[in-house]
Amino acid sequence: MIQTTPSQRKDEDNGTLLEFREVQKIYGSGEGEVKALAGANFTIGNGEFVAIMGPSGSGKSTAMNILGCLDTPTAGSYLFREVDVGALSQKQRAHLRRYFLGFVFQGFNLLARTNAVENVELPLIYRGTGRAERRQRAFAALELVGLAKWWDHTPAELSGGQQQRVAIARAMVTEPSVLLADEPTGNLDSARSEEIMDLLCRLNRERHLTIAMVTHEPDMAAYAGRTIHFRDGLVHIDSHHSSSAHDEDPSPEAARNGRAI
Amino acid sequence: MIWNAVLLALAAIRRNTMRSVLTVLGIIIGVAAVIAMVVIGDGTTASVATSINSLGVNVMTLVPGQQRDPMSGTRQEAKLFEESDVEALRREVPGIRGMTPTATRSMQVIYGNANWSTSVYGVENAYFDVRNWNIESGREFSDAEIRTGGAICILGAKVRKQLFADQDPIGSNIRLQAISCQVIGLLKAKGQGGMGMDQDDLVLVPLRTFQRRISGDRKLSGIQMGLMSDSDSKIVQDEVLKLMRQRRGIQSNQEDDFMVMNSEEFLNTLTTTMKLLTALLSAVAAISLLVGGIGIMNIMLVSVTERTREIGVRLAIGAYDDDVMIQFLIEAIVLAALGGIIGITLGLLTSYAACRIMHLAFAPNLTIAATAFLFSGMVGVVFGFVPARKAARLDPIEALRHE
Repeated sequence: MIQTTPSQRKDEDNGTLLEFREVQKIYGSGEGEVKALAGANFTIGNGEFVAIMGPSGSGKSTAMNILGCLDTPTAGSYLFREVDVGALSQKQRAHLRRYFLGFVFQGFNLLARTNAVENVELPLIYRGTGRAERRQRAFAALELVGLAKWWDHTPAELSGGQQQRVAIARAMVTEPSVLLADEPTGNLDSARSEEIMDLLCRLNRERHLTIAMVTHEPDMAAYAGRTIHFRDGLVHIDSHHSSSAHDEDPSPEAARNGRAI
Repeated sequence: MIWNAVLLALAAIRRNTMRSVLTVLGIIIGVAAVIAMVVIGDGTTASVATSINSLGVNVMTLVPGQQRDPMSGTRQEAKLFEESDVEALRREVPGIRGMTPTATRSMQVIYGNANWSTSVYGVENAYFDVRNWNIESGREFSDAEIRTGGAICILGAKVRKQLFADQDPIGSNIRLQAISCQVIGLLKAKGQGGMGMDQDDLVLVPLRTFQRRISGDRKLSGIQMGLMSDSDSKIVQDEVLKLMRQRRGIQSNQEDDFMVMNSEEFLNTLTTTMKLLTALLSAVAAISLLVGGIGIMNIMLVSVTERTREIGVRLAIGAYDDDVMIQFLIEAIVLAALGGIIGITLGLLTSYAACRIMHLAFAPNLTIAATAFLFSGMVGVVFGFVPARKAARLDPIEALRHE
């Protein structure tokens, strides 16, 4: 099984981290067959911040599930650090998620009636990290998202933006290779959304964290350095652009066409 | 990991205290019922055994029964025993250690201003040995007194208390109806008898005294026999039955007009009955545990559905199926075990109160308590398994999408 320490990870900068090779995903069979992915190809390099966009039914959610090792391709292959995820057992995929992936969801998905630091600790419990180290790392992660002072608050006592930051701390506490964010700002107003995107950009910039983010808001996609557009189960447009929250023209066109690096 | 899961489970239970308590109510009631049944049952059995033993070890009592009139079919008191019956029993039935004829009558006993209604028994000295009953102070009857029918008596503890309070009665004279008797001894207190009657409520006089001065005839109202420790009470009883039927001229098609009561048989019957009763009640309680288990399964299934998204998150961030399975299984076990602990406490408290009220010895049965605890834990495993497996088999994608 793949084992990597954070220090090794730094050495692989700009190498290919995730790769889709002719990935197909077909649901159902016969008449009711639905082709969610029809042979998608793309790669995501180490340290990239990629926005994944597309209309509903375009295959972006399916692609995200496969990227997150929650699902496997029907045909083609998805390589995670050159390992074919499709060939792995369910348990091996859970292992990948445990040690290399961090998830952020649209609905935050924090455990109710459980305080912030306990929520952040959760992934470390599954790693079998000792209690003292767990606490310390959870506090460090909360510090990272600026919520250390709020450690003993339950989700009900936190605003939506704060909840999402706790969720990001939970994803970051394991120091993952990739952060997968599924419409992280979907439930937030624009001011909170900007805070979250600033935070993600900072993590990407300062920690060299690879981020794949599904969104349908071009404003949010504009923060990413690259946008992959899905349409009909295929990569329609794959555009690089300068990631900047302070872009003068954050219009959909500007974001979509971008300025290739 | 397991310890963490236990803590997580306790946290989850605490978050839903009310629902958790309702969930395990079945277990609580089941366990409490089992514990209470067994402890109270044990107490009752012990108490019954004690009171039967207090009658004397392996005592056989012969009393006249009822005789059915062959013409009218009505029942009437059968005739009393003769002194020759005692002689015949002594001569012909082996295995009897000692024997005393008894004659009895209820009467008023008077000392000074105090009077008390009690039973006066005419007995021989063998009575003390047969009934395994010692003199607390004073002495037994002397042979001369037995032979001549002296005006003397021995008091039971109850009569002594009623007539003399805290005074020493030895040497005082009390009146039994028309006769005056000197108190020469006191019996040790025996307490409540098998049928709730007070065994200490009696006065003993020599049989001859009773016959001459009280009843005026030589009839006997009973014969008490103490068996040898190695004799089979069943065989002795059959011998006694056979002899007495013959002596009383009972035809083979007629029923007995007397009864032979055997304390050992009595004890065995009672103990068996109590055990059966306890087993029966425990079975009912076990069914309540089963129902409690189904309650846990039900609420765990609800919990899995409610927490589908949580399960999805856990699976997404790296929990294995096994982790989720163990989490829910442990939650069910902790829930059931908590119910077991509450049930044991409740059962012990209930049985303690019941034993106090019924004047039984309270002897908590730790084996049953431990068994009940393990059993409730097992109920958690068995009934938690299906919900836990359901949780572990959830597809994380579906689970995360669950509303």
